[in-house]
Amino acid sequence: MLKRLANSLVVASSLFLTACSGPMSTLDPAGPSARMVSGLWWGMFVVGTLVLVGVVWLWWHAMQRDGQSTADEQLQEKQNRWVIWGGIALPTAAITVLLAFGIPAGHRMLPWPAGNVMEVHVEARQWYWQVHYPEHDIELLNEIYIPVNTPIDFHLTSQDVIHSFWVPRLGGKLDMIPGRTNVLRLEADAPGTYQGQCAEFCGRAHAFMKFEVIALSAEDFAAWQQEHEEEPKDER
Amino acid sequence: MSADQLTARMHAIWANLPGWGQLAAVNHTSIGKRFMVTGAVFFVIGGVLAMLLRTQLALPMQTIIDADAYNQLFTMHGTVMMFLFAIPILEGLALYMIPKLIGARDLVFPRISSLGYYSYLFGGIILMSSLFLGVAPDSGWFMYTPLSSAEFSPGPGSDFWLLGITFVEISAMAAGVELTVSILKSRAPGMTLTKMPIFCWYILAMALMIVFGFPPLILASILLELERAVGMPFFAVAGGGDPILWQHLFWLFGHPEVYIIFLPAAAVISTVIPVFAGRPIIGYRWLVLAIILTAFISFGLWVHHMFTVGIPQLAQAFFSIASMMVAIPTAIQVFVWVATLWHGRVTYNLPMLWVFGFLMVFVCGGLTGVMLALVPFNWQVHDTHFVVAHLHYVLIGGMLYPLIAGIYYWLPHFSGRMPSLRMGLWGFWLTFIGMNATFLLMHLTGLLGMPRRIFTYSGDMGWSWLNLLSSVGGFVMAFGLGLVILDIILHFRFGEKAKPNPWQADTLEWATGTPPTPYNFASIPDIDTRHPLWEKPELMTSIPAGEHRLATIEHGRREILGTSAITGKLQAIYHLPTNSYLPLLAALSLAVVCIGLLIRVYPMALVGLLVAAFFLFRWSWENGSHPAMAPPTPDEDPSLPLHSRTTDGPGRWGMIVTLMADGALYLALIFGWLYLWTVSPEWQMPGESLLSVPVLLVSGVLVTVATLLFHRLTAALNQGQAHGLQMKLWLVTFVGFVHLALLITALVQAPLAITESAHDAVLFFVVIYLLFHSLLVTVVTALQALRVKYGYVSARYPYEPNVVRPLWSYTLGIYWCSVATFIFLPMVWGA
Repeated sequence: MLKRLANSLVVASSLFLTACSGPMSTLDPAGPSARMVSGLWWGMFVVGTLVLVGVVWLWWHAMQRDGQSTADEQLQEKQNRWVIWGGIALPTAAITVLLAFGIPAGHRMLPWPAGNVMEVHVEARQWYWQVHYPEHDIELLNEIYIPVNTPIDFHLTSQDVIHSFWVPRLGGKLDMIPGRTNVLRLEADAPGTYQGQCAEFCGRAHAFMKFEVIALSAEDFAAWQQEHEEEPKDER
Repeated sequence: MSADQLTARMHAIWANLPGWGQLAAVNHTSIGKRFMVTGAVFFVIGGVLAMLLRTQLALPMQTIIDADAYNQLFTMHGTVMMFLFAIPILEGLALYMIPKLIGARDLVFPRISSLGYYSYLFGGIILMSSLFLGVAPDSGWFMYTPLSSAEFSPGPGSDFWLLGITFVEISAMAAGVELTVSILKSRAPGMTLTKMPIFCWYILAMALMIVFGFPPLILASILLELERAVGMPFFAVAGGGDPILWQHLFWLFGHPEVYIIFLPAAAVISTVIPVFAGRPIIGYRWLVLAIILTAFISFGLWVHHMFTVGIPQLAQAFFSIASMMVAIPTAIQVFVWVATLWHGRVTYNLPMLWVFGFLMVFVCGGLTGVMLALVPFNWQVHDTHFVVAHLHYVLIGGMLYPLIAGIYYWLPHFSGRMPSLRMGLWGFWLTFIGMNATFLLMHLTGLLGMPRRIFTYSGDMGWSWLNLLSSVGGFVMAFGLGLVILDIILHFRFGEKAKPNPWQADTLEWATGTPPTPYNFASIPDIDTRHPLWEKPELMTSIPAGEHRLATIEHGRREILGTSAITGKLQAIYHLPTNSYLPLLAALSLAVVCIGLLIRVYPMALVGLLVAAFFLFRWSWENGSHPAMAPPTPDEDPSLPLHSRTTDGPGRWGMIVTLMADGALYLALIFGWLYLWTVSPEWQMPGESLLSVPVLLVSGVLVTVATLLFHRLTAALNQGQAHGLQMKLWLVTFVGFVHLALLITALVQAPLAITESAHDAVLFFVVIYLLFHSLLVTVVTALQALRVKYGYVSARYPYEPNVVRPLWSYTLGIYWCSVATFIFLPMVWGA
């Protein structure tokens, strides 16, 4: 009996995990930023569900019971208790805890100066991505090769309308705005192909404005780099 | 006069004109109902658009609707639901309810109600016509530049949006101003602010939020339309503008707007719950505090729509915390409601079912809202279907459910008939289940990485089953809402006749009759309690019997009582205008302006503008002691004068509130200036002033002189000295015109390259803004001089110069403020 229960739990959880995976799933993180956000999400999901169930239960119970017996003169004190605990203390505590986790997490995702950061420039246009490696003078279209376990600073800008650079399995998005350059730091844990897509509505082909980030091991990346640097420039 | 004679005579004075004369109606009950019915029609249209979207998304790689059409559909769905359904229908409810709750017979500016309605109707029709012409706006309902600008949206779609929505916003501004003044100045005697029904507090906050929240969008729309039509580069990087300025101005409006929608809905909840719990709301003062907090905080959150723009970290942290803080006043309200239910005995019925549905859905939306305020999480899910799910939970839960609860609650008031339970139950459960099936799953769709606003997706992303279920849920919900609408329509025919005050409610609207009389109250009682009908049930009969104030009607005027803003002390009788075609004619002329601008036939727009100005000035002419308004009658009681015989009245308050809105627009303009100056990447400031400083200074001295003269003559008039009044007014007019002429000279001589430089474009716009005000106030002063000649303004009728006075002060204020900010500040700080 227990075993059957355990089995079905395993099946259920694997189904659940399948449901959470996907080529652009934020719940299937493959980099430190995405992993932090995924952790935040599950924490918020659990607490949020508890609060929702609690409030709805309280409301339901309040509708069921007959409270006319409470004398009017007691109400003032009771009303203050309801509001102070439920209306002020509860959200204040929840917000404090949330920020205690959230602000440091957000801080760690920012592109602070660090030793081994690689720089990649991405320019968006309706509806494609031009990728440029300033250190090696390599240019690509709609695909970005990066080494694993290396923080990459993506310098993002746009040549026409506003776009948004997003690789969900690696981390959050950042807008690409004409006239400015935003810097987004991402890092991949393991070799693989990670899908990206424009997240800011940018016109007719917005739905198809996709790209791929291909993370390679350090050796593979070095080999790829060498191969590309040798390519004659004018054939590109 | 017997009670029957009184009501017959009242009816004759207050009723709308028959037949086509209905178009001239200004009565708040009629206008409120028209707003609500029109809003419902737009809701159905917006719903059909949503169903088309869900059909296209039901399966991956479908081609039922192509990208171009899809982009128009989702833009229009958002625009229609926000601007043509949510705000107007709630305004309609507020316009309908407020006078009835505060013991007044109408709102204080009935013609403004009518103008607001026609602006809404015509603006809505113009906007919808774009959909049928196949050129609807397609840049999303928040119209981000540069996608919406002329280069990337060359068609007329964006123009339809900008012009149509600005036209519709006249109705919101109208409602904002007149609800504020009505609530503050026309409550029943004795009804202090703290004795107001809680509903009125919510609407007062909503109205003030409209007054301050809409102007930034109106400004942004004007600027973007100028950029599109003339090429003034406010939002284009190349000329020194910045596309992010649009986002700031849009969300500076857009976030308060969410609470402009939520507050009236919460007002319904706070009204319905105590009635069905059989106990006054527990924590009235807490609710008032929560309302005020919500209104304030909501103006400090707008950047949370822009966390992925690359705003400095400190600002992000600030707006993140502020966004979460708004959970506190919301939680206070939720717990006040729980406490009221807890200490009451609940009667179950249809409105309460919707209230319960509201709670579940809205709390869920509020929780995901707090999550979205967390910046790192926002970076992931922003612009995905998670946000789509969140905003539908908040808006459907926080607006639609309470609205339906309110409609069922007040159905007997609208029609005199009770709602039926059976169909209503089906409607609720189908809506509730369908809505959750659609949007609960959509959170996961977003977490799995589906961006919003994509017209299709490939089948291997793991989004297919979720989208299919969302689409099925969407249709279930549509069916449920269809049943609700059908139920409401059928009830007008088949509903059981309602008893007076069928729910045993505590508020005065149930004493106006079911359905209400056009004058609401045959006599106006003194009110010194929050629960008049619970504590004095005899009001139900004594009001129609004419046993209270203002029960005389021989004079033939529409009259309400004017009271002091805070204490509700009786001050004056406000005489109101009767049925009038002028609002319709003015709105029609404005529609001509709108269409002229749309098809870029500018002479047509100019003619429309002049005709509109003519009707509006004609409207202002029929005021005060004009024969069409309140000519002198022998029965006037000097101890309780008509307001046009005093120095204060609703018009003066309306002027001040309007100027507050105008000031909000001006502040948004200064914000834009400073923003472009400090942030815009290619901003260029010339080394010296392009406008002639001496000419500006002389012009400024003249406007100062004119304002001082006007203040002096008004002060003297208020002392009863009308000697040489007409000459003095002509003198002020003359000085005003010289000031205007100099300002125009300064503008014409300035070498402004308005299509090449954002700096020059802003400067040009500011001068035009100043010119508009100077021209307006000068013409109005000239009209005052004429009115002295006709005898409408005199020592006996000193009211109107007191209304115009704040406009002179404002004109003076913006003049010097502009010279300081736009001319001197750059000279001091340098380029």
